[in-house]
Amino acid sequence: MIHLRGITKRFGDYAALHGIDLDVAPGEFIALLGPSGSGKTTLLRIIAGLEFQDSGTVLLGGEDVSSTPVADRHVGFVFQHYALFRHMTVADNVAFGLSVRRGKGRLPKAARRARAEELLRLVQLEGLGSRYPGQLSGGQRQRVALARALAIEPRLLLLDEPFGALDAKVRKDLRRWLRDLHKAMGLTSIFVTHDQEEALELADRVVVMNQGRIEQIGAPDAVYMNPETPFVSHFVGETNRLPAAGGEIHFRPHEITLSADGAEALLVDNVFRKGAVWRAEGLLEGSGQFVELDLPSSGDAPQLGQTIRFNPHRARMFTADGDQTQGETR
Amino acid sequence: MSVQAITESPVMRAVLITIALVFLGFFLLLPLLAVFSEALREGAGPFLDALHTADALAAIRLTLLIAAISVPLNMVFGIAASWAITKFQFPGKALLITLIDLPFSVSPVVSGLIFVLLFGANGLFGAWLAEHDLKIIFAVPGIVLATVFITFPFVARELIPLMLEQGKDDEEAAISLGANGWQTFWHVTLPNIRWGLLYGVLLCNARAMGEFGAVSVVSGHIRGETNTMPLHVEILYNEYDFVGAFAVASLLALLALVTLVAKTVLEWRFGLHAGARH
Repeated sequence: MIHLRGITKRFGDYAALHGIDLDVAPGEFIALLGPSGSGKTTLLRIIAGLEFQDSGTVLLGGEDVSSTPVADRHVGFVFQHYALFRHMTVADNVAFGLSVRRGKGRLPKAARRARAEELLRLVQLEGLGSRYPGQLSGGQRQRVALARALAIEPRLLLLDEPFGALDAKVRKDLRRWLRDLHKAMGLTSIFVTHDQEEALELADRVVVMNQGRIEQIGAPDAVYMNPETPFVSHFVGETNRLPAAGGEIHFRPHEITLSADGAEALLVDNVFRKGAVWRAEGLLEGSGQFVELDLPSSGDAPQLGQTIRFNPHRARMFTADGDQTQGETR
Repeated sequence: MSVQAITESPVMRAVLITIALVFLGFFLLLPLLAVFSEALREGAGPFLDALHTADALAAIRLTLLIAAISVPLNMVFGIAASWAITKFQFPGKALLITLIDLPFSVSPVVSGLIFVLLFGANGLFGAWLAEHDLKIIFAVPGIVLATVFITFPFVARELIPLMLEQGKDDEEAAISLGANGWQTFWHVTLPNIRWGLLYGVLLCNARAMGEFGAVSVVSGHIRGETNTMPLHVEILYNEYDFVGAFAVASLLALLALVTLVAKTVLEWRFGLHAGARH
């Protein structure tokens, strides 16, 4: 569906993207995940045609659109801050893409209205068509923006930090709702996020980006369980790092076995409940390394000042030059 | 406690307010009242007669004509400049922003002289214009040129910060939905900037009608032909026709008051609008 080859982009002296290759299959739901400045939004905007690459090609559905402007790419784009037209009613916003259409594809007014109604029903905002965007909540506005993007029957849906401006509860609901909508419609979709939880929950595949490069592409489970670079290991999920000969050992807070004769000993400095587990933090005896551990909350809370002996039962070794070996220790 | 720390004592407050009011009264209100009282000193009859002279009517007509030409021109120029500056990246942008401010930073007399140097009898294009029997200086085209130059920044100055603040998400959304440039401007950008635009146009109009310096240089002061209202006021005043001078001046002052009221109403609407946005 989408084939990106060697996409590079500079803004003045700043290299935003260095040679991005990416293939997306029809119907896939892809997350571009990375910290700010990783180039994920720039990449999304290049796929949309809102920005143009300095070199490289963009293929959409087998068609080379490398220099096609956004208006002719037939992609739906949803902006982080919705970008709703505030002087238009919700229904007029949704129908905008149909109203500006000229030539033989132009629908009569009644048909445009009916289509807007139908889309508002789809995003569960039936009956709010005559309101103005200013009268809606953040979550509702984002759904209007989505309906507006879907109105032009795009071949691709692109979402830039779609939940970024929403509060936690609304964000979670909208996330689940978007996943269901994607399942129902099967529209190839790419969304940008800096929130790894969001990426792991929604996407079929996660593209982890850092400093204008793709670090890893994979299913959420694979990216979480088998990070290929120290960056991915650190950015996706929580990771403890232990210095080792020739590199670092990474393990997740829950990838441990408690054992009275464990090789590592944590001096507990802080304890709190983290959902279903106890989170114990502190420094390791010997190396003085800061470490976080998750312990079953069925037991008693660890005490401050207590020493917890453990072995990482699953860990990854990253050598200084970025090579990685997966290991089961003990 | 902290509120007290930033609150002046009642005495201090009273003193400050009094100073501000006295200052405003002395420098703004008093002169305004003086204009109207001078104009009406000999009653309404002479006041109206002064406005009904052929020269006064010609000056009023000319002023309206100049404003009717230069304000729409600067509305278009201002929107175009702001659009270009806020929605696109291009080399020379900083220079353009500086150039827009030029008419504000240059003395109006100099602005007028520029056009005399260009189009006057001994100016750069003077000989060519004379050959083709075209008159710019000491004629209406010169006054229009000078007024357009002087009032150019008003609309752009008003729109640039507004459009910068609004960003280009709305425009990008519109084109991603298939709108062309004109549709995007007409259905998205223009409604977003309409109050700011109207405000800029009001200020532009007030200055276009009230400009003295630049217009004085290029007009030639031909009575009934190239005299605008401000120039007519000066001539009448120099001829000791105080009632006439103040009668025309009161019309200009009235225009200023109308502009102020309209501006206040707009700001009120504008504020309301901005509030609804967030």
